[in-house]
Amino acid sequence: MKIDFQHQQSAHCENGVTSNLLRYYGINLSEPMVFGIGSGYFFSHMPFYKLNGMAVTSFRVWPGLIFKRVTHRLGISVKRYKFSNPVKAMQELDNLLEKGIPVGMLVGVYQLPYFPKEYRFHFNAHNITVFGKEGDRYLVSDPVMEHLETLTHEELRKVRFAMGTYPPSGRMYCITGIPDHIDIKPAIVQGIRKTAKDMLTIPIPMFGIDGVRFLAKRMRRWPARLGEKAAILNLGQVIRMLEEIGTGGAGFRFIYAAFLQESAEILDQPWLNDLSREMTTIGDQWREFAVMAARCFKNRDKGLTSYDQLADILLDIADREEKVFKQLRKVSLT
Amino acid sequence: MKIEEVPQDKGYLIEGRISDLNYAVDKNGHYTSTQSKGWQPKNEAMTMAWEVVYERAEEVRRQVLDGKLSPIAFYMELNVMNVSILASYAGVSGWKVKRHLKMKHFKKLKPELLARYAAVLNITTAELVDAERIRRIEFKHED
Repeated sequence: MKIDFQHQQSAHCENGVTSNLLRYYGINLSEPMVFGIGSGYFFSHMPFYKLNGMAVTSFRVWPGLIFKRVTHRLGISVKRYKFSNPVKAMQELDNLLEKGIPVGMLVGVYQLPYFPKEYRFHFNAHNITVFGKEGDRYLVSDPVMEHLETLTHEELRKVRFAMGTYPPSGRMYCITGIPDHIDIKPAIVQGIRKTAKDMLTIPIPMFGIDGVRFLAKRMRRWPARLGEKAAILNLGQVIRMLEEIGTGGAGFRFIYAAFLQESAEILDQPWLNDLSREMTTIGDQWREFAVMAARCFKNRDKGLTSYDQLADILLDIADREEKVFKQLRKVSLT
Repeated sequence: MKIEEVPQDKGYLIEGRISDLNYAVDKNGHYTSTQSKGWQPKNEAMTMAWEVVYERAEEVRRQVLDGKLSPIAFYMELNVMNVSILASYAGVSGWKVKRHLKMKHFKKLKPELLARYAAVLNITTAELVDAERIRRIEFKHED
């Protein structure tokens, strides 16, 4: 069985899966639109939550939220699954494919055979769409790949039940119903407001704008607290999270800028264009941060890393993002 | 980022198969998306991550050859795992895995458990117990 599914590459996996699934049901939303409506933009730095034994720094919301929010805000009904039994998980997938339903799912990249070997860390929040099965091979639309891929039953089972931080546990999701009329304008406003609210008001210092400042503060103390070597590893981890395959902190800022630009036209509110430009500048600053950090890796034996300087960039970024979201929070339909 | 600034620094991505999609502004200030072959800072972060893995593996290799640690400890490092990840893949409890990382306990492992570890570590049982193989393995990743 094979579903007529159109694969389009995207910068970030969950945006891509959501956008591809929606397109299959006749709803054309660009990747930035999905990201914006789904309030994908976020920041968190969580010292207690570890990946490779180091704090997790994330530039987006928790996996699964983008899909959930976009469909909810557009009035689309969905069904989500989670399994403890791999056999059941594969059976349920087969049942859905049999009915001609493309299925989005969460997988780990560690055993994903078509990924470059170097990228295969134990990272469990990757999204793909499975839309058919030919013999033993599942047809896979992976949004970060340029073309379609396939996975055998065994390979797919393995990646769906990867282990480590945040195991995917066979999570999958599909669209079950589309309303007759879809109005994206209120959805855009809701999406922006939610992002602005989360970035500005969560009263825990690890999240949102405060999270950026929190990271800056901790970063300054890394060399003294952890020693030069562990400090540079932590910095490397931040950069890898910042610019991981298909995703990326700076990348997300540019996607958001693209979203604001598109929204300015759809809502007929030109002031959003100014904020889009500001967001582009912020994205460039994140890139600058990454370039500087990378220079530190190269000179790591010489101990020239200036964590203070890096932290200062972060503080500057935090101030700018704060200004943007304070304005965005006031967005309305009129 | 302007469209002409989209980095094309070849690194670990595979050309024609996997690339990074970047959003950037064109001459008229409109956002479009374009493919990128990779970006230097990202490549360097990746290189460093692997260097660290190999550094640790080298240290463990020394201890394996000294007869202190077991081959499982070595291949665990090579597979970028830690005790908890290995334990959950192998279906063995963490404290047992910790024991099996020591040569003393490794030597007493039953064949079926060895096979289970080997499968998780992507090698055969024969390869797992082959000390010569550990001595020979070269660390490399494509640059």
